[in-house]
Amino acid sequence: MTDLASVLIDGIIYTSYLFIIAVGLTLIYGVMKILNMAHGSLYALGAYVAATLVGVWFSHGLNPYASFALLFVAPILVGLAAGPLIERGLLRFMYGKDEIVLLLVTYAVLLILEDVIKLVWGVESYSAYQPYGLLGNFDVAGLLYTKYDALLVVVAILVGFALSWVLTQTRQGKLLLAVIHDREVSTAMGINVHRFYLVTFTVGTMLAALGGALVAPQVSVVPSMGVEMIVLAFAVVVIGGLGSLPGAALGALIVGLVRSAAVHYAPQVELFSIYLVMALVLIFRPKGLFSAAEPRKI
Amino acid sequence: MIALDRTLMLHGLALAVVVIGGALLPDWIQGLVILAFGKGLVVLGLLLLMRTGLVSFGQGLFYCLGAYAAVSVARIFTLPDSLLISDAILMPLFGGIVAGIIALILGFLLANYRAIFFAMLSLAFSMILYGLLIKMSVLGSSDGFNVAYTTVAGVAIAQSAKLYVLYAVSSAMVFIAMVGLHRYLRSHMGRLAPAIRDNELRVEYMGSSVRYVIHVNFIIAAVLAGVGGGLVALSSGHVDPDLAYWTTSGEFVFVAVLGGTANVAAPIMASLLFEWIKSAAYQYAPYTWQMVLGIALLLVIMFLPQGLWSVFNRQAKEA
Repeated sequence: MTDLASVLIDGIIYTSYLFIIAVGLTLIYGVMKILNMAHGSLYALGAYVAATLVGVWFSHGLNPYASFALLFVAPILVGLAAGPLIERGLLRFMYGKDEIVLLLVTYAVLLILEDVIKLVWGVESYSAYQPYGLLGNFDVAGLLYTKYDALLVVVAILVGFALSWVLTQTRQGKLLLAVIHDREVSTAMGINVHRFYLVTFTVGTMLAALGGALVAPQVSVVPSMGVEMIVLAFAVVVIGGLGSLPGAALGALIVGLVRSAAVHYAPQVELFSIYLVMALVLIFRPKGLFSAAEPRKI
Repeated sequence: MIALDRTLMLHGLALAVVVIGGALLPDWIQGLVILAFGKGLVVLGLLLLMRTGLVSFGQGLFYCLGAYAAVSVARIFTLPDSLLISDAILMPLFGGIVAGIIALILGFLLANYRAIFFAMLSLAFSMILYGLLIKMSVLGSSDGFNVAYTTVAGVAIAQSAKLYVLYAVSSAMVFIAMVGLHRYLRSHMGRLAPAIRDNELRVEYMGSSVRYVIHVNFIIAAVLAGVGGGLVALSSGHVDPDLAYWTTSGEFVFVAVLGGTANVAAPIMASLLFEWIKSAAYQYAPYTWQMVLGIALLLVIMFLPQGLWSVFNRQAKEA
């Protein structure tokens, strides 16, 4: 019983990280039809910036509780700096090319960002462990969990609801749905599609960096974290259906639970169990669980 | 009767030059060339897939299978040493066969996918292999194991001659693969590939099975990757699960885009260029090497969408 409870709780905590990262990826794909490989590096960038900010904050002995704000400041900084730079500086010249060419373009961005990170931060590991233990622990059926992890789940849920509220309830969100539905007609109707692309990419970048910043207190921040995460995030969005918000949530839940079950019951299959599930889902639902039917083009 | 066209004659000439001239090269260059040829075979397979309109981010799967195959079979089934394949020709071929069998099975599924879904699913399969290998203690887990060969076509080879012999073997294999693929691309099946890339529905209307062509091309690409993996394993003398990691596959895609798909020589040339620059870059710029790759990839996509090979073609047309 305790076993099952810990599998569920660990799984849900892991789901929260995955969702925050994957939802940015699926948002960018949904709007721009770009499967952004650089998402993993932006996630790593968020973790590095957060770790640096937190490190400086604590070395100056400032109010420790305010350091939580830094975990949100870091992704905003990364998003505002890297998002427009990549979208305006590079991607806008590539619109209209094949999806697979755009995949290669973002792969190139990933390669460049990986080395930018190594140049700025070196190859040693960083850590921002201080905020993690700050709130203390709570226990569930005799198992100890940090309150930080509980808050993380809340943040993930808030992100999900905020995004779906913006998309369905606000004017800008409805315009964005129109852009997703038909780019050309939206342009003809006077919607500034390029502005939506810029905003979408920036928000997507922020979400990747937010995932990184929230992970930073939990793990050691190392250069390889980006390439490891991006394939996991791919698995999540492909399971859920590319471009689908509920799909990203369900995909994250599946991957999160599968991984935590594997860690508890069969640690030797941990890594490939996730990809096995992804392959299985694709065998039966070739375009993911939440995918719309598409007409054949002649 | 094989028609002797220009490409075939050039390749035959190049093989003779490479094999004879190679004896004069210092050891480290011979090693580099074997590595580039092995990886070039993988990229040659990617060329075939890209002509079909598909990009695989999972060729590392077959590359790794090919590298692991010969020794792994002996270890897993605890075969006696006398049954261990340790021939420099048989080992890569065995790797190619194993890769081909796996591709035959996976192909039934993957042939349904296009574009980024094909890329992602092939990536997932290579990551499954990676995840398996790092936990398999019988195959050395994340450390892998050492690989060596003792004979070539049944003839025992002295230690001092091993490098050059492997060099000659890999040159011959690359030559055979290039000629074979060149012939294939000119056949009925081969000519269907670009047609599928342009419009697969029309190909279906004309009475050809798109799935069948993609399946066959996928297997051919896998066999090439398996043989390439086997050669690289012999050349480096060591294998580990990183061969199946997705960044390895990404490197192959990079080289394929760099060379372009215009000619079967393009992947091999691009692979030689890549390994040569890489060996220099590791020495002088270990932390900016990937950045250079990324920028080069962007420049090629923007200014030479047909790859470096298109430079030769342009000149040929102007002349």
